[in-house]
Amino acid sequence: MGGSGSRLSKELLAEYQDLTFLTKQEILLAHKRFCELLPPEHRSVEESLQIRVSLEQILSLPELKANPFKERICRVFSTSPARDSLSFEDFLDLLSVFSDTATPDIKSHYAFRIFDFDDDGTLNREDLSHLVNCLTGQGEDTRLSASEMKQLIDNVSSRAGPGSQREGLGLGLKLSLPQILEESDIDRDGTINLSEFQHVISRSPDFASSFKIVL
Amino acid sequence: MAQPLNFVLNVPETPEDHSSQEPSPYDESEVHDSFHQLIQEQSQWVAEEGLELQQREPGPGGPETSGCGQHALPGPEDALAHSAATLRVLASMPSRTIGRSRGAVICQYYNRSVRLRRRVSRPELKGVGRSARPSLRLYDLELDPAALQEEEKRFLLVKELEGLPVAQRNHMLRGMPLGLAEKRCLREETQTPTEKQRGRQGPRGLFPCCGRLRDACVLALHSLGLGLLAGLQALKPWRHALKQIGGQFGSSVLSYFLFLKTLLAFNALLLLPLLAFIVGVQAAFPPPAPPGSVPSFMGLELLTGGGRFTHTVLYYGYYSNSTVSQPCVPPPGGGQCSREADSLPYSMPLAYLFTVGLAFFITCITLVYSMSHSFGESYRVGSTSGVHAVTVFCSWDHKVTQRRASRLQHDNIRTHLKELLAEWQRRRGSPSACGQLRRVAVRGLVWLLSLGTTLGCTVAVYAFSELMIKSPVSVEQEGALLALPVVVCLLNLGAPYLFRCLAALERHDSPVLEVYVAVCRNLILKMVILGILCYHWLGRRVGTLKDQCWENFVGQELYRLMVLDFIFVLLDTLFGELVWRLISEKQLKRREKPEFDIAGNVLELIYGQTLTWLGVLFSPLLPAIQIVKLLLIFYVKKTSLRANCQAPRRPWLASHMSTVFISLLCFPSFLGAAVFLCFAVWRVKPSSTCGPFRGLNSMYEAGKAWVRHLEEAGPRVSWLPWVHRYLVENTFPIYLVSALLLAVIYLHIQVVKGQRRVICLLKEQISNVSALPPPARPQEALFAPQMTPGPAGGRTKRSGSEAAPPWGALRDRAPALGGCGSRPRQRKAAFSGRRPRGAAVSVRVLEVLEIALGLLGGPAPGHGPCSLPSFSKQVE
Repeated sequence: MGGSGSRLSKELLAEYQDLTFLTKQEILLAHKRFCELLPPEHRSVEESLQIRVSLEQILSLPELKANPFKERICRVFSTSPARDSLSFEDFLDLLSVFSDTATPDIKSHYAFRIFDFDDDGTLNREDLSHLVNCLTGQGEDTRLSASEMKQLIDNVSSRAGPGSQREGLGLGLKLSLPQILEESDIDRDGTINLSEFQHVISRSPDFASSFKIVL
Repeated sequence: MAQPLNFVLNVPETPEDHSSQEPSPYDESEVHDSFHQLIQEQSQWVAEEGLELQQREPGPGGPETSGCGQHALPGPEDALAHSAATLRVLASMPSRTIGRSRGAVICQYYNRSVRLRRRVSRPELKGVGRSARPSLRLYDLELDPAALQEEEKRFLLVKELEGLPVAQRNHMLRGMPLGLAEKRCLREETQTPTEKQRGRQGPRGLFPCCGRLRDACVLALHSLGLGLLAGLQALKPWRHALKQIGGQFGSSVLSYFLFLKTLLAFNALLLLPLLAFIVGVQAAFPPPAPPGSVPSFMGLELLTGGGRFTHTVLYYGYYSNSTVSQPCVPPPGGGQCSREADSLPYSMPLAYLFTVGLAFFITCITLVYSMSHSFGESYRVGSTSGVHAVTVFCSWDHKVTQRRASRLQHDNIRTHLKELLAEWQRRRGSPSACGQLRRVAVRGLVWLLSLGTTLGCTVAVYAFSELMIKSPVSVEQEGALLALPVVVCLLNLGAPYLFRCLAALERHDSPVLEVYVAVCRNLILKMVILGILCYHWLGRRVGTLKDQCWENFVGQELYRLMVLDFIFVLLDTLFGELVWRLISEKQLKRREKPEFDIAGNVLELIYGQTLTWLGVLFSPLLPAIQIVKLLLIFYVKKTSLRANCQAPRRPWLASHMSTVFISLLCFPSFLGAAVFLCFAVWRVKPSSTCGPFRGLNSMYEAGKAWVRHLEEAGPRVSWLPWVHRYLVENTFPIYLVSALLLAVIYLHIQVVKGQRRVICLLKEQISNVSALPPPARPQEALFAPQMTPGPAGGRTKRSGSEAAPPWGALRDRAPALGGCGSRPRQRKAAFSGRRPRGAAVSVRVLEVLEIALGLLGGPAPGHGPCSLPSFSKQVE
């Protein structure tokens, strides 16, 4: 195997170790896995640190394959201008955030960015419905219906849109549902910003253990 | 509250303050003062609510109304401009500035590092109450009229980082949500020249000629070390297996295997001292063999633990009651070997007593530590509210790597969301009284039935044990000894299935409650059965086995129970999982596999562990057997799981449930075993024919005799008998210590209670505010730009002149929060006074929550200055 012969230098390894939440072994393993994605002629250490791997190749990793957020994850961690490729350092960043020892702070920060599909710095209704669709599966039959989605994301009774008017008669009047926006949008601007998001996340002790990718 | 406003605000509008780039305490006090000013202004508003309301009526919001509201303010005229600036301080609370742009991140971390550095360089400030307001100092930059550009911020950050010690700097850099390349740049820039030199020159020093050789050596060692590291990675137990399980079944099932791993660690910890100080020593210096022939090995011993095994290190009876001596080889002359000559100063009874005690103590400490750690992880304030948001944001398990598992997770989440929605709709109409009554009746009936089953099982075990006493088993038919353990295991296996059937009758609202009820019933059953068995051993058997070694008997009983428990676990896996899957696939034509019953399986593990702890005194090698058993169970369960089962459909609060299980392991299981052993050591007379304590009235007497011996030995160790006499035998110190402990616990409870009350008030405030309808659109538009950072650059784009008028208007409609003094109590008074209005107030409540973090005990290093997550963490 080409990857086994080429090792990172000691200084670089120490630096990576200082700047990420990964252990030495994990960094070495990550490098090995990263090199396996490269074509055989580019597997030397110097080249592996420079070259970028395209999104498709990263997405073919078994650890990411089944993840519905895989593309978002790669885009968030990519530093290339077009956000379509990952260098080894980006890859390490990704693994560091998803590692065991990363702080909840940084985990929730990146979770927020992953869920922020349009990259505008807040989670608005479109982001939320996109997120729910990712969670329930993208297929037509697996999605939530439009009314369910609306009900889930924001409060039917208080937002009087043309669609919710009808529902408002049936069930919306008493239905001051503390749904997602109700529950987490503290300043009531219709979107969820980072601190509101982190506030919600802090209530779930399982977040840190589920927001984890083991290489 | 309404103190006179007698000081004029001095906000540093002076740019020369910043030219020095050296934040001084002067800045902080100014910002603090301006903050205080704001608070007082707002208290004034509270007092003049009526007036303000009248003024609000004519024009709903808008910059011009703020102008007419101003003259009601008793403060000095120029305070207005400043208070606009102060309001900007509030606006730039970190909760709002941290957008996703890089510039904002850098800015935030600059602020953080300033705080850190101040803490490092001027510890005397820490003592002052002011440092408990972590976010105040940070805004001197914001008050600068010309907002700093990103590069400048970056420069400042670099400067700040330079001032930190290396370790702290790395820690800080590590926690920044920036790319690795960016971090490396920052690190490169922040390295002081001396550090760089040190790094470059490194070990190369006086002998440049040896440099090359040394380099080669270092390189070789380096690659060797890396190879070793890779090897270690492979050694890390079950990493791959656990990853597979997590990838296929998610965190919930993984928690079972992690619990199993924890148990393995506990057993290893228990076994090591026993092996080193009792078993190893005794095996090295075996006692004289008992008279009579040694029975040959038949194979049944593996089940019964008797026969050939009886006189081995496995059981208590084998250990000698004297100091350890060399095996007595009779000298050729045929004389007696002298005992005194070759005896070592190692008293077996003492070693036995102290090692078991020490091992238990270590286990206890570890258990309590891991329990408290687990509590800290899983207990969050207010975790019951906001189910929908938490479900949507936190429910995806990124560990899952298989397509099938991922599809299953999609299904589970969808079902869960739909259930949640349906639940909310259902909750609208409260169920009829008749339906309620019927439900209560069914639940009562089910509880009655399950408790009746438990009682029946208990009576059965008791009757059977009495029967066993009445008909003693001869040595030849050892197999008959298995009868009682088989009955116990059968009951343990059958009753949970009965409970599960019964539980199907009652319908609980929440799946978590369902799991709790099931765990509770099974636990009661197991504990009651074990209690009866303990009574049977210590209360009845000791009396009936007069001339034999009752300790050996108890040890063997526990051995049998453990082995049979293992066999029944295997049977359960075979029939409960494999056969059931075959039936449901072939006969019932179901596509789904049976679910893995996590709670039941974990309870099985806890039961097995209790057996081990009960038996340690009578059979010191029992933890070793438990380790083997756990290893086998791991592989069996893993295979069966992957072939036959699927992850449970119900949402499983993994960290919460593992906390519950660790506490169950601690409370009934470990504590019960400890009480049992203490009773055996203090109260029960050891058998007179075997074991290290033969001839004594109780095992504890060995310790007492040793102390007496020490007293005679001389003055050198006289403190030990003294300690013993006054601290152990005398009960007063124990009472004193327990009283002190109780007092401390009580104080802690009170403190936590107080903090919780403050949190409740603040939360109430937030929910009060959120429950109100949002303000009309035009007003919202007024302050929306300030609330949310733009896509790039965040709020740094805004200039001071832009910000002032809207904030003035905002202040008009947001007069609520007064009294942000140094006491939660003061804030409470401010809260309870009035009903808050509008969205802006809720923003303020958020800010106060942030400040409260500082009040409740300063931020933890490495967390956000005052972000809410760390706030709730503080409370734990």
